[in-house]
Amino acid sequence: MVAEAAPALPRPARRSPVLAFCLAQPLGAAGAIAITAMGLAAVFAERVAPYDPVAIDFGAMLAAPSVEHWFGTDAFGRDILTRVIYGARTALAIGFLSSLLGCTVGAVLGVASAYFGGRIDMGIQRLVDILLSFPIIVLALVVVAMLGRNLVLGIDFNLILAIAVPTMPRVARVVRSAALSIREMPYIDAARVQGFSDARIIFRHMVPNVAAPYLIMFTAAIAQAILLEASLSFLGLGVTEPTPAWGLMLSGNASDFYREAPWMILFPGLAISVAVFAFNLFGDSLRDWLDPKFKV
Amino acid sequence: MTLLRMTLAFFAALALTTGAQAQTPKRGSTLNFAITAETPHYDCQGSDTFATLHFASPFYSTLLTFDLPKYPAVKGDLAESWTISPDQKTYTFKLFKNVKFHDGKPMTSTDVKANYDRMRNPPAGVVSTRQATFQDIDTIETPDPYTVVFKLKDINPSMIEHFASPWNCIYPAEKLAADPNWPKNNILGSGPFKFVEHVKGSHVSGVRNENYFRQGQPYLDGFKGTFFSQSAAMLNSLQGGQVLAEFRTISSADRDRLVQAMGDKIRIEESSWTLNLQVVFNTRKKPFDDVRVRRALNMAIDRWGGSQGLARTSALRHVGGLIRPGSPYAIDPKELEKFPGFQHDMVKARAEAKRLLAEAGVPNLSFQLFNRSIAQPYTPAGVFLVDQWRQIGVNVEHRQLETSPYLAGMSSGQFDVAIDFSNLFMDEPSLGLAKYVSSSKAPENRSGFESPEIDALIEKQSHIGDPKERIKVIREAEKLILESSHQVPILWWHRIVATHKILMGWEMSPSHNLGQDLARVWIDQ
Repeated sequence: MVAEAAPALPRPARRSPVLAFCLAQPLGAAGAIAITAMGLAAVFAERVAPYDPVAIDFGAMLAAPSVEHWFGTDAFGRDILTRVIYGARTALAIGFLSSLLGCTVGAVLGVASAYFGGRIDMGIQRLVDILLSFPIIVLALVVVAMLGRNLVLGIDFNLILAIAVPTMPRVARVVRSAALSIREMPYIDAARVQGFSDARIIFRHMVPNVAAPYLIMFTAAIAQAILLEASLSFLGLGVTEPTPAWGLMLSGNASDFYREAPWMILFPGLAISVAVFAFNLFGDSLRDWLDPKFKV
Repeated sequence: MTLLRMTLAFFAALALTTGAQAQTPKRGSTLNFAITAETPHYDCQGSDTFATLHFASPFYSTLLTFDLPKYPAVKGDLAESWTISPDQKTYTFKLFKNVKFHDGKPMTSTDVKANYDRMRNPPAGVVSTRQATFQDIDTIETPDPYTVVFKLKDINPSMIEHFASPWNCIYPAEKLAADPNWPKNNILGSGPFKFVEHVKGSHVSGVRNENYFRQGQPYLDGFKGTFFSQSAAMLNSLQGGQVLAEFRTISSADRDRLVQAMGDKIRIEESSWTLNLQVVFNTRKKPFDDVRVRRALNMAIDRWGGSQGLARTSALRHVGGLIRPGSPYAIDPKELEKFPGFQHDMVKARAEAKRLLAEAGVPNLSFQLFNRSIAQPYTPAGVFLVDQWRQIGVNVEHRQLETSPYLAGMSSGQFDVAIDFSNLFMDEPSLGLAKYVSSSKAPENRSGFESPEIDALIEKQSHIGDPKERIKVIREAEKLILESSHQVPILWWHRIVATHKILMGWEMSPSHNLGQDLARVWIDQ
């Protein structure tokens, strides 16, 4: 008897993960689209923006929104649409770099804390407790006040550090809790039995498994960093004039002229809100999509 | 016409103030006022920022003082009377005999001598920004405890006004002998108020000096000067009545806002101002040691256009040379237009600026503009300069610092190009030109520029009694300074002061450094 080959089952069409995410998380997709638009505006600001962001035009001072200036002009006659577009560059550069730094250091500390346990865990967690006891803005203010400014290629690296420091303990705490459950997995025990080094176990077996919470915290941290950068610039401790930055656009002359020219605060304020909202939406959706518990 | 209107407005304001003074002052109350920068130290003699005077003036007395309703006339403060010898080289002051420092010790001629010695010949480690001003003093004698005799090396027609400078605070001689830098961190004067506390980042406060030598004064029980770094916060406090005044300036937009919101509860006084912002090139550093580079950067600044625009949103307004425009020794605008940076044809000027930069080998120049983080008018000035230089292809990074690190950076020469200020208290050419004396002789010249020729002309004009002859020498010095372009005014300021109408006895003047001892100020409530 010759066994007949079973008919091959139709293979389900493999969806692109991006499309799958968009269909499963439409709000997150909307957030991603807004972030992409901001990113493109930031990268191609020179081509997209209608004017030079620092060019003064005293003839157009405090001009209301019009065909020439869609978002109006500020007290120096600078085009606000242009400055909002260039401001995305400042916000994303500082937001991305500070979040990358804060989240990465936080994740390394969190994994190390969970893996080694004992005194190391105790030491790291008490440090995290101390840092978490400060409100985010206060901690950032302290760091900025202590370090001053350190501009490299137009980016204030001390400002990035000031925003990264309050991010770090939050990420460390979340990643540690994820890493604690991974540490108890049989494959970690197996790795230990094989005699693998601590570094190999951490970086080959634990870190990849905390990537999901890391990514989620990273997107949330960018939103927070944008807000923090805007707050510090508003307080005069972030970027300085004439650099286009959303928080800075809300301070200085804007606070003197917002009655006569409300567009000076309206559009940068909207830009901050949209950016923070987009990153939060995307981060929340990413969490829902990556976390198996939510899928169930 | 603008200057005429401002002059009329100033005298109208003086008339109003004088009218207010005619009322009988009421004793009592504590004055809350705003100070928009915090002093880096307490030493008036080593400072040139209003932040020190608005903080410290109420605690100190000076030999003479300006009689503000009759500005620029002077009157006695510690000096009861004075005489000037026929050869104009000997000044004899008779001091009040009932003056005591706040620790109860009497103030005598020894104290006056010790302070003037400190200013004209500061000991090692002491910074005196008055050193150049008092170089003409040859000897100081104290024949008795209440007589001081100043003998000059040569005639100095402005010396009497210099004796009225608000920066010449008199400290106890014994404190200076023990530590010449004692006044930097301590306060002990003979002024109308005694020091209570300085809470850094918050406020300074004082209480009435019951032993003040002018009987009946001061009228206030005390004062509290609150520091504000944000003009919006200061304006809100002024509008809400938490502070009754800010004695430096507000912008014209802020003036309009206060008048609209407060109606007849707010008093607005305006005047042209003995103050300008300057662009300073650090000539100790390359490429700013090259006159072509400095001249090019100066030529790129459209001062006439800038004055039109910046006047609407900032305290910057008047285009002028080294002496306040409109004052007796000021340069004629037509003559001023001949100098680099004051031309009207900006297309031609910028083309020439680019050519000069290329010739100097720095066609793509980049540098840092060092500035003070005070909103009015330092930030607008910085934004303006960055834009002007961008138009000749120069890339500028704008760096703003708080008053204390800013002044430290300026004094130590840690900058490429800076926005500096010339903070005068009167329209006296010697005072205005003192900032342009070589850096080795005048620490307030932060450019590091040395020119014996300019020094000689500044020295020469200070000894000429005939105004016409003096103007000729001033013009010669001004020509050399403007052509060397190491330190040139950007724009001169316009002063607008808003005070609550219940605040009485304070007197407006073209200088925010004058009249800040608060001795005759009272509150009508």
